[in-house]
Amino acid sequence: MTTDPAFLRGMTSNRRDALRLLGLTGAGLGLAACGVKGQKAAPPKQNDVQKYWAGKTKHGHVNFANWPLYMDKARTPLKAFTKATGITVTYREVISEMPQWFGKIAPQLQAGQSIGYDLMVVTNGVEFTKLKELGYLVPLDHSRLPNFAKYAAEIYRKESFDPGNVFSIPYQTGLTGIAYDPAKTGREITSIQDLWDPAFKGKVGMMSDPQEIGNFGMFAIGVDPEKSTPADWKRAAARLQEQKSKGIVRKYYEQDYIDALTRGDVWLTMAWSGDIFQQNLSEKSNLKFVIPKEGATLWTDSLMIPKTAENPVDALMLMDFFYLPDTAAKLAESVNYVTPVPAAKQAIEADAAKATGADQKSLQQIAESPLVFPSDADYAKLRHYRTLTTAEEKEYNTTFQHITAG
Amino acid sequence: MRRRLAPYALILPGGLWLAIFFVVPMVVMLSFSLMQGDVVNGFRLTWHWQNYSDGLSTYADQLIRSLVYGLLATAACIVLAYPVAYWIAFRGGARKTTYLFLILLPFFVSFVLRTFSWKFLLADDGIVLSPLKDVGLLPQDFHVIATGFAVVAGLTYNYLPFMVLPIYVALERVDPKMIEAAQDLYASPAQAFARVVFPLSLPGVFAGVLMTFVPVSADYVNSTVLGGTNNTMIGNIIQNLYLVNTDYPQAAALSFTLMAILLIGIFLYAKALGTEDVLEVATR
Repeated sequence: MTTDPAFLRGMTSNRRDALRLLGLTGAGLGLAACGVKGQKAAPPKQNDVQKYWAGKTKHGHVNFANWPLYMDKARTPLKAFTKATGITVTYREVISEMPQWFGKIAPQLQAGQSIGYDLMVVTNGVEFTKLKELGYLVPLDHSRLPNFAKYAAEIYRKESFDPGNVFSIPYQTGLTGIAYDPAKTGREITSIQDLWDPAFKGKVGMMSDPQEIGNFGMFAIGVDPEKSTPADWKRAAARLQEQKSKGIVRKYYEQDYIDALTRGDVWLTMAWSGDIFQQNLSEKSNLKFVIPKEGATLWTDSLMIPKTAENPVDALMLMDFFYLPDTAAKLAESVNYVTPVPAAKQAIEADAAKATGADQKSLQQIAESPLVFPSDADYAKLRHYRTLTTAEEKEYNTTFQHITAG
Repeated sequence: MRRRLAPYALILPGGLWLAIFFVVPMVVMLSFSLMQGDVVNGFRLTWHWQNYSDGLSTYADQLIRSLVYGLLATAACIVLAYPVAYWIAFRGGARKTTYLFLILLPFFVSFVLRTFSWKFLLADDGIVLSPLKDVGLLPQDFHVIATGFAVVAGLTYNYLPFMVLPIYVALERVDPKMIEAAQDLYASPAQAFARVVFPLSLPGVFAGVLMTFVPVSADYVNSTVLGGTNNTMIGNIIQNLYLVNTDYPQAAALSFTLMAILLIGIFLYAKALGTEDVLEVATR
């Protein structure tokens, strides 16, 4: 039996890597002489999965790193998990931005040290691609994911960032569309072109994330982002530059677009679906979210196991537990993003039938919400992110950051 | 023997601290600035000086804007801080420490938080602008947030105490007898200020400029929070290159470019003010 050395290096913590890290921080001059080595890993082969999982056992505990506001305060799904399996969960909301999280864990993973978490939620995008290419993720043993096999919607099994779910399965997904304040715009917003309308000069918000804004530029020129070419990027950038030069864009936002919209600094803006729902709920605002007729993008926050996890079996069991329709329903009820488990709809309806008054009404709303359970017609309008290789990423970022970094 | 070694022993902790946390990272970053590559495939030292020329040509706008904003905010700080420092030093009486404490009070709140609160105060439909628009004093589409003015104002606000304190220290040291002497020699109050007090306070102004201009020019929080589409500063670019693009070589090259520009600027400024004053500041 031959062992792929790159894969093994990825899996075992070894002293040389630790020394290299020491060298990086300690001896700058030594570094200057040799450069910093990359660790590009070969894609895993079938027997790598068996090799990794062979002999791994349940430890009764798992450490879970997630984003803020991504589970109800009582952590209902985790309590149910502990009750069902006896495995305790330490849940920490430590991820708030992808680049920062990557920057935090990459040195430890490179040195083969534990990052302190066995399970983490990472968005599709360049950081996910880097984690994958560097061999920092554990290939999943699908024989231990029966619920995923049974309940996951078809669309989430063939996403281009991780075809066949080799390293990841979705936690929640969501849409990037347009949110607006109908009282301010005075009309219904239906199209991406509304973001270019001079009538809204200085009142349009766009996102600063290169992929998000690039996607919308692509929609504006009628190109499917996932199938776009560098030539399309240039044309989309030109269209976005025009929008900026005319003074239509107020600002390129991160997640703070939501406050700007609530305060009235912008009237319409690129937005993430769940944010608007939660904002309306907590601020009693009357914002609307639309899937533009040209299309919107579907992003995926996925569950994955870092290669240095101490409790991988427990982590895998928790991953699968999220695919039980009941668990998925409880999660959808609290976060209102798109759930990858269509069967959760019946579970929410059942909860609604049991509930009374205002609770019942809001549960029914969730079960019927196209932002939690998009219809087939909605799904037809949804597009995926283009997976950028590390080489493409530089060109892509330069093209679009030229606009967002005014 | 022991007496001769004592000064070195005293230098040791601080010196080591600087060596480990300042010198080593600087050398590492300097070597990074001459590398090529990416995170996945690794970075190789190729003496790629082009990182510097690329950075200068691509981000010249933001570099110049940072320096202009830095100068504007520093000038605004001097204009605002000098009278305050003067008043506390000469008219503060027994309550001097109270006034100084009040100047420092904002530091007890995180400056990110303070900057964010500006956003709420000055929102387009916020509590300040909304009434003014309703009575017709301002046009409906008027806004403060997302303009260069907002960024410079935010910078001025955040760094004002760094200007007040050194000027205060300089003015505090001016012996009132000197002013009396000037007046005895028939100087008007204005002349006494211009010929005696002001020159004596220049070292304080110099120190204040150092403590505001340098961090202000490299600041990125104010332009992130208060800026719009055309107010990006070089700090934002560097942060973005490091964290979003993981383009360490380009980021390092830009950092060194900024540092070089600031050092040259300060050197020229010190020359213009006269080295004696600078040395005086240094020895105090």
